[in-house]
Amino acid sequence: MPQTTYVEAIRQGIWEEMERDSTVFVMGEDVAVYGGAFKVTKGMLDRFGEMRVVDTPLAESGIVGAGTGAAINGLRPILEMQFADFMGCGFDQITNFAAKCRYRWGQSIPMVIRAPAGGNIHGGPFHSQNVEMPYVHTPGLKVVQPATAYDAKGLIKAAIRDNDPVIFLEHKYLYRSVKEHLPTSPYTVPIGKAKVHREGSDISIITYGWMVHVADEAAGRAAAEGISVEVLDLRTLVPLDRGAVLATAKKTSKIILLHEDTLTGGLGGELAGIIGEHAFDYLDGPLVRIAAPDTPVPFSETLEKAFLPSSDQVLEKTRWLYRY
Amino acid sequence: MSASATAPLRATFDRPLCDRLLYYMVLMRELEDRIESKLYRQGKVLGGCYTGRGQEAIPVGSAILSRARDWLTPSHRDMGALLIRGITPREILAQYMGRATGLTKGRDGNMHMGCARRHCVPIISSIGASIPVATGLAFAMRYRDESNVVFNYSGDGASSRGDWHEGINIAAVMRLPIVFLCNNNHYAYSTPLDKQMRIADIAVRVKAYGIPAEIVDGNDVFAVHTATQRAVEHARSGKGPYFIECKTFRMSGHSAHDAADYVPRGLREEWSKKDPILMLQKYMVEHAGADEQDFVDLRQRVLDEISEAVEWALNQPYPDPATVEDGVYEVR
Repeated sequence: MPQTTYVEAIRQGIWEEMERDSTVFVMGEDVAVYGGAFKVTKGMLDRFGEMRVVDTPLAESGIVGAGTGAAINGLRPILEMQFADFMGCGFDQITNFAAKCRYRWGQSIPMVIRAPAGGNIHGGPFHSQNVEMPYVHTPGLKVVQPATAYDAKGLIKAAIRDNDPVIFLEHKYLYRSVKEHLPTSPYTVPIGKAKVHREGSDISIITYGWMVHVADEAAGRAAAEGISVEVLDLRTLVPLDRGAVLATAKKTSKIILLHEDTLTGGLGGELAGIIGEHAFDYLDGPLVRIAAPDTPVPFSETLEKAFLPSSDQVLEKTRWLYRY
Repeated sequence: MSASATAPLRATFDRPLCDRLLYYMVLMRELEDRIESKLYRQGKVLGGCYTGRGQEAIPVGSAILSRARDWLTPSHRDMGALLIRGITPREILAQYMGRATGLTKGRDGNMHMGCARRHCVPIISSIGASIPVATGLAFAMRYRDESNVVFNYSGDGASSRGDWHEGINIAAVMRLPIVFLCNNNHYAYSTPLDKQMRIADIAVRVKAYGIPAEIVDGNDVFAVHTATQRAVEHARSGKGPYFIECKTFRMSGHSAHDAADYVPRGLREEWSKKDPILMLQKYMVEHAGADEQDFVDLRQRVLDEISEAVEWALNQPYPDPATVEDGVYEVR
């Protein structure tokens, strides 16, 4: 049986939910006839028809507002932002309306906003950003970013069934670079649960998205040097699995907080706060943050490589922290 | 005075309908007046305080045509629409006072209220943001092949927002069943229309998107009602959205704290001669067999209803501080 790519896993997950629930529909720019910029919705128009696979004008705020209205009126929209970078055009609708509906008037918004995020694809400043933090900072939203094909399928299905708005960040570099054998029977992956991607005992790397694989590669190289590294894949940023974060922190006592997003205001700071507050007495070294520098995402190959956290960088910090 | 208000009584504007329209317009006028002139100044209502004084004909003349399964997205000068949908003065006052029994349970204030059961989406304070939301509500109606429509309310200021243009365009492209009611009251806070746009009519903008748009005297409840009827028939029969620009004037400041000194002297006096309630009453005397005593009695009945509701609301509990974190996410 062939392996399933990350992008195909998401497509299958959406497809299965659309088969299962007639209120689920997809809406966005170029999603129907064209099948989406990354082909996540390929074939859906033929199967589900134009009422459930909807091409829209180029209008992110309009799309999010329409999705929210449809959710209020009994549907379960899956909205595609062509690139996560452009989700900012719908920021007001997401943060001022969709996120606040339940708190303001008890209204569920069962809506998924899918957004291809992340770099390492030579996309430059407008097609490579990691935009999670403004949404992580908005009460009322859930924020998810899978690192594997298995999780991508299970989490998109869970997101579609969730009764709160979910920002579903898909890593563009992972779309076709990771694949695995998926179960043939339906499954979901719960939102809000981290997963130990790799077990270890000396150092914990807490991360998510593509960086799970970067951490894993560094951990493999460290193992050859006798350093046992645990990699915790958060999978969900909101609600954050604090239990899993503190468990790995208390287990290894040496922590690296790794993300592809830029350093200042990134999730690493929040994780450091949680660990500092609740596991301070367990720490045997400083909390180490590895992140992209505080710049826009550059285009040129040499610059982008310098910008993105690498397994070399992670290995170097791992060695340093191990010896600390 | 517009033509329709002096025209002979037509069957659709019989006495019972006139009475209903007048009741909701007077209730809106007096309830807002009690909130702004009394409760706000007495410190019993905190926060912002917006009224639709002088604009009552727009929400009342249109929302009276809504059916139970239609959806409404009223703006902050459309209290009459909420009243017509069955939201009570008690609930509105408890909302203004931040009480636990208000429509948002103290989560939000003043006119920022709605109710899913009665198909009213609460105001989104980013003006114009309700337009895309209306397209989604309408899309779901089409999805289920219903003949319901959305009544969307906004003002002149909203038509400068990107959301307005995105939403109007989506509604046009997808031919969605939406009746857009625009209250062009000539001021967005302190900004007059000529600083908002280089044209006089918002309808011109709308027509460019391929949506039928008409301009009516927003102070003439029959004109609003008649146009809305046309619009609703258009939308219900699958012909897509319809836009009604209601020319009116904001007879108050932007909110209770605003004396509106920026409004040229005399302009408000001029518009006060076109008071929508007085216009309706004049019509009712001339064509529907009403007399002044009927209006005195109605006003008294409304004032009594409001007084009772104020007493009730003042005795409602505040939300329990321990619940401050509740309701952000679904609890399963």
